[in-house]
Amino acid sequence: MVKQISIFLENKSGRLAAVTRVLGSNGIDISALSIADTTDFGILRIIVNDPGKAIKVLTDNGFTVRSTDVIAISVPDRPGGLADVLEILARQSIGIEYTYAFVGKIEGEALVILRPDDPERAYEVLKENNVKVLSAEDVHSL
Amino acid sequence: MEYWNSACECMPREELTRLQEERLKETVKRVYHNVPHYRKKMQAIGLEPGDIQSLEDLKKLPFTTKQDLRDTYPYGMFAVPLSEIVRIHASSGTTGKPTVVGYTRRDIDTWAEVTARTLACAGGNKNSVVQIAYGYGLFTGGLGVHYGAERIGASVIPISGGNTKRQIQIMKDFGSTILACTPSYALYMAEEMEAMGISKDELKMKAGIFGAEPWSEQMREEIEKRMGILAIDIYGLSEVIGPGVASECKFKCGLHVFEDHFIPEIIDPNTGESLPPGSVGELVFTTITKEGLPLIRYRTRDISALDYNVCECGRTCVRMKKVMGRTDDMLIIRGVNVFPSQIESVLLEIGDALPHYQLIVRRENNLDTLEVLVEVNQELFSDEIRKLESVERKIKNSIESVLGLSAKITLVEPKTIERSEGKAKRVVDLRKI
Repeated sequence: MVKQISIFLENKSGRLAAVTRVLGSNGIDISALSIADTTDFGILRIIVNDPGKAIKVLTDNGFTVRSTDVIAISVPDRPGGLADVLEILARQSIGIEYTYAFVGKIEGEALVILRPDDPERAYEVLKENNVKVLSAEDVHSL
Repeated sequence: MEYWNSACECMPREELTRLQEERLKETVKRVYHNVPHYRKKMQAIGLEPGDIQSLEDLKKLPFTTKQDLRDTYPYGMFAVPLSEIVRIHASSGTTGKPTVVGYTRRDIDTWAEVTARTLACAGGNKNSVVQIAYGYGLFTGGLGVHYGAERIGASVIPISGGNTKRQIQIMKDFGSTILACTPSYALYMAEEMEAMGISKDELKMKAGIFGAEPWSEQMREEIEKRMGILAIDIYGLSEVIGPGVASECKFKCGLHVFEDHFIPEIIDPNTGESLPPGSVGELVFTTITKEGLPLIRYRTRDISALDYNVCECGRTCVRMKKVMGRTDDMLIIRGVNVFPSQIESVLLEIGDALPHYQLIVRRENNLDTLEVLVEVNQELFSDEIRKLESVERKIKNSIESVLGLSAKITLVEPKTIERSEGKAKRVVDLRKI
């Protein structure tokens, strides 16, 4: 499993810039990100190279932060590559809360973050079905 | 039990009544002869000093309001020549001209006496180290408590407000045992303390005397828990004397009004009719020992109730209920009376720690709307939108059931709601009526 950091943000201009600036000036690299939002607020979810440090600098700068376990997988970069994996989980009735893709790429593969409703079981099922699940080190070295 | 002045604080009721009547007659005579404004008001209703003989007669006297002080700005209500005045304080005057108050040497002495009593109520004595984080200056908070703390022989740290990190460092290094400030600032200090990684066990703090703004029982519990102290409520307003008009004792069941100096009444704020003990209404004070600025039936706009039963602590002086709000803080939204404290209780039901909040009232298309900003703290935050939305819904539903009024809940980032180191800004009323 990989540690994802979620940050509470108001839907106001400049907030996203403020978070990424804090991370940037502390030498923290973002390898994946997504935003979920409503009219008034949003949640920024990120995968970074040093989650411990990221949590500390964000908290010090007054952000409300939480860390969540997510699964990072690598799927073949071709039509239907992601569908194959998601079908494996669907067959086991494992739901997906949210998913998003990585900023970077490995040649011929696409990297995806999954947050299943049952992360432990999803992790086992994916392993059993030979899906390439990335470790925290794999992700942080990207 | 520790009293500062048991003869006055535990005086039998009949004796106290006699003393109050003597002092009241004196005061009325003095203002009639020395303050034209009072004389005119009394003459207008055909009242002479001789008509006031007992406490029962008090209600014949006209009320005094903040407007009277503004109309006679700056010194018009003083009952002595300026040469007798040794100190001048003034209110901030955010809603008009400041109100100016003057003290004679004896007034300063009286003030030290009553604030000494409030400190003794909190367990203070000559061994205490009192950190005074009320502002010093024109505001009465700092200097008021200062003289009382010196009077009991405590070691006084006159740090004044602000510079929170330094406050906490000094509290730890100097071994402060009693903190005096506003409750919202105390909570802010507790927050900063945790952020600095200083635990309450590293402090020698025993008690806090908090006042100058209304606060809830839940807020008290939170301060007590986070600072590991006894938090008592003190009451005062600069017009009457400043801090020290009344104070809770360690039983925390109402604030003892120091009745040998101030006579309290409860009135109906709409009709001005005086209400029997126990009724909730507007608190009114008559000062009976003050020389510089004696006040007759001064309307405080604070909402409270009076309880004449003798307290467990042995003090006989009447207890006023913790101020529940102000008649002018009370918002009327679509005809519903709303106190910020009601919103506070709702928020405390959602989580353990009270998030910072602010009420914003607007008028859109002739309809009042209420928006409640709530800062998302660690406890409220979730990685999932629908959980956050469910927090919003929960707050919205509770407010609706408590107030019978619908509100828009807006979750905002931490530390975005204005924090004042003095009074908490809980209400923004943007209605143009």
